[in-house]
Amino acid sequence: MPIDPSFVGRSYPPTEPYEVGVEKIREFADAIGDPNPAYRDRDAARALGHPDVVAPPTFPFVITFRASRAVTDDPDLGIDYSRVVHGEQRFVYVRPVRAGDRLTATVTLESIRSAGGHDMVTSRSDVSTTDGEPVVTAYATLVVRGGEQ
Amino acid sequence: MSAPSYDDVEVGTELPSQTFPVRRVDLVRYAGASGDFNVIHWNERAARSVGLPDVIAHGMFTMALAVRVVTDWAVDPAAVVDYGVRFTRPVPVPDDETGTAVEVSGTVAAKLEDRRVRVDLTATHGGAKVLGRAQAVVQLG
Repeated sequence: MPIDPSFVGRSYPPTEPYEVGVEKIREFADAIGDPNPAYRDRDAARALGHPDVVAPPTFPFVITFRASRAVTDDPDLGIDYSRVVHGEQRFVYVRPVRAGDRLTATVTLESIRSAGGHDMVTSRSDVSTTDGEPVVTAYATLVVRGGEQ
Repeated sequence: MSAPSYDDVEVGTELPSQTFPVRRVDLVRYAGASGDFNVIHWNERAARSVGLPDVIAHGMFTMALAVRVVTDWAVDPAAVVDYGVRFTRPVPVPDDETGTAVEVSGTVAAKLEDRRVRVDLTATHGGAKVLGRAQAVVQLG
């Protein structure tokens, strides 16, 4: 059964604060095989004009992936997670994530549409500091594959 | 390496291409670092049970590799102000020492206002594109 599009606009409570650590950024940069010193070395990051080590562009997914469980676990949507594939992802940055940030994500259902027997659910995660400074907005489209015809 | 200047960049300027290895160990490490432990990224039995040919790379891992072409070129990774992709084809990763590879190239596709440019990225695996509409907006000096 298609997911009810009337849930577009639904917002979920902000996530618990996530404190970004220098070693977590380093671990993530190691995992993507990126030796960029701006992800490891405060002096290198400062030389580029940043107050502290910055995180790679896709790092915010660590936070928004957790936050998006509000959508996939929402009983009203009834998403079968075993049928979910990641269709699209986009980040729009106000500034890079930095070590020392305390970040919270607020997830909103941006669009729900059906095509070819699949449902496409796009959520928007607004990531800001606990002081209310916007940092990055992430858009994720999940494709919920339809059952056998 | 010095950062590219907006004035020196033209539509059609090519960024240095890169080839990134993707091995099973890379997926395990990425799973741990990202928190995405979906079994299709590390368990062949689970991957085959949902119709995949093998364990596949996290789409977000491929997305992270692709933007390296941009951040290495721009010097300051924070110059990337907008980055989006579509995941159009999975990257199967065989269970051997060498794994597989993703090749990434990038071209300046448009010069925008405020000394920004749009870079269009092409990421391929075995000659086939694995990302669609992969675009990064980059703030240049």
